[in-house]
Amino acid sequence: MTRCYFMIAVVALSALAAPVIAKGTYQEPDAFVAETFGGDPPEPSMLWIRKSMQRDIMDIMDRKLKTLRLRYWTRDGRYAYILEEVGKEKPITVGLVVREGEMEKIQILVFREVRGWEVRHPFFTDQFKGVKLDHKLRLDEKIDGISGATLSVRAVTKLARLSLYLFQHCAELNAEKS
Amino acid sequence: MFRDQKARIVAIFWVTISFIVLCNVNGQGVVPSNADMWKIIQQQQEEIRALKEKLNMVEKDVAITGEMIEQVAEQPGGLAEGGPSWADKTSIGGYGELHYNELTGKNGGSDLNRVDFHRFVLYYGHQFTDRIRFFSEFELEHALTEDTADGSGAGEVELEQAYVEMDLGDLQLHAVKAGVFLIPVGILNETHEPPTFYGTERNNVESRIIPSTWWEAGLALSGEVVPGLNYDLAYTSGLQVPSSYTIRSGRQKVANATAEDGAYSGRLKWSIPGLELAGTVHYQTDLTQRSLARDSDGLLLEGHVIWELGQFKLKALYAQWDLDSSITGTGSDLDNGKDDQFGWYIEPSFKITENIGIFARFSQWDENAGGRVNSSGGSVDTEKEQFDIGVNWWPHENVVLKLDYQNQYIHSEAGGEQDGFNFGVGYQF
Repeated sequence: MTRCYFMIAVVALSALAAPVIAKGTYQEPDAFVAETFGGDPPEPSMLWIRKSMQRDIMDIMDRKLKTLRLRYWTRDGRYAYILEEVGKEKPITVGLVVREGEMEKIQILVFREVRGWEVRHPFFTDQFKGVKLDHKLRLDEKIDGISGATLSVRAVTKLARLSLYLFQHCAELNAEKS
Repeated sequence: MFRDQKARIVAIFWVTISFIVLCNVNGQGVVPSNADMWKIIQQQQEEIRALKEKLNMVEKDVAITGEMIEQVAEQPGGLAEGGPSWADKTSIGGYGELHYNELTGKNGGSDLNRVDFHRFVLYYGHQFTDRIRFFSEFELEHALTEDTADGSGAGEVELEQAYVEMDLGDLQLHAVKAGVFLIPVGILNETHEPPTFYGTERNNVESRIIPSTWWEAGLALSGEVVPGLNYDLAYTSGLQVPSSYTIRSGRQKVANATAEDGAYSGRLKWSIPGLELAGTVHYQTDLTQRSLARDSDGLLLEGHVIWELGQFKLKALYAQWDLDSSITGTGSDLDNGKDDQFGWYIEPSFKITENIGIFARFSQWDENAGGRVNSSGGSVDTEKEQFDIGVNWWPHENVVLKLDYQNQYIHSEAGGEQDGFNFGVGYQF
């Protein structure tokens, strides 16, 4: 009889399951960029990662960036980035939009980890809206963690800091050009 | 390439001009007509246009080559290997903790001055495909194992986890796993890396009532019901309690374990930023595995909350076992009150800085709550209490140093007290 109840519980919970993907690709990076710029994405720009930047990046990410330069998209003061960071074992791909030094939007695009996928929900990512970087390259507001998703939370928070830091350099570069 | 072409044009241009000038100056050559000059200019314009096109192509090629170089640089084995290698799909990790206890015995309790590398753990995982993976946890406890005839060696080598997990369905909302895994109960049982909790030693409620670390062999299904609400269901091997009906002593650790009676576990966990609410029901039809004259079913109920507000965090947990009342009665081996066992704790903590946190914890537990009598027939106070206060310092997010003070209240007939300091260092990677 107990086995019967067990099976009923399994079936009932499965039937209740929400129709969203737990792991995998939630949105293609290109689609994120297009959506960010109203369906008409600008040509990508490149930011060369200088040696002096790597020191700050080391402070933020606890590691250096492997890439020599970073692609970003900008128009009308909005800067979009597609960045990746490992949670526990696998990289989490995140789309980030910064405007005037404030985080405008964070969206988890691809989640490959076995656990911690709760970070993809708006109840987590909405916390970053309006967050800025302080002079110590830390977020100026506390981000509440999710129990059981600590490493994913940590990875996304690092990427938020990184995008805000990159924004400072991209904006400076664009100001020089204009 | 461009530089050569450009130099070529410049050279042609100047040679032509020089030729014209020289012809005029010396009066020895023929001055080209306007039509010839126009033709020359047109030819040069055409050559410049062609070179500009080439320049654009070269710039694009350079950009593509740069991206390819970056891709090759980012892949450990390079593009030649044609995909992720075995090493890319295999991961290792681990944690460890060294403890020092300086405790004074009271009320019949014994002194404890001990240093112990309590746990040295290595994780190994392998991703067979995007949907199928293996995970394991291999542990050396107390730094040393030795093969003694009576099994009195100081430590243990344990295989606490070794399972294969597979995602189900196109949406990958659910996963099924088979093998040896941790029972989904409590706060510490599944997440017990030292930097994740306060206090050098694990709390007694999640040691004596929930016998953490508690692992069994079996099948489990887990997944997400709605955003933030997760479930776990498991059918596993069970405990085999000795005649004292002590839960912690009933762990068989999947080592040639008796499998007469299995156990069912179900957990619902609701997690949103700053809040976790969870409850577990665990049931086993016979905790003795039919090895004792008086068998007993066992029902474990557990609930906990983790609440975070700014730098403040509160953890609270309650757990209780309900065993068959027939195990308590009259007789020399009975009056133990083990038919009812419970415990709870509450732990507020505060992060003073990003790297330093302080905590206090009050815990109460009773493994004989059904009522125990002594040899003269009097009832024994078996309720145990402990108050802890301490500090954690994280020099790195994955490294922690801990110092805490514990004060117990335990009746002499229930084992006595141990009060004093604990110091620990731990890490995870």
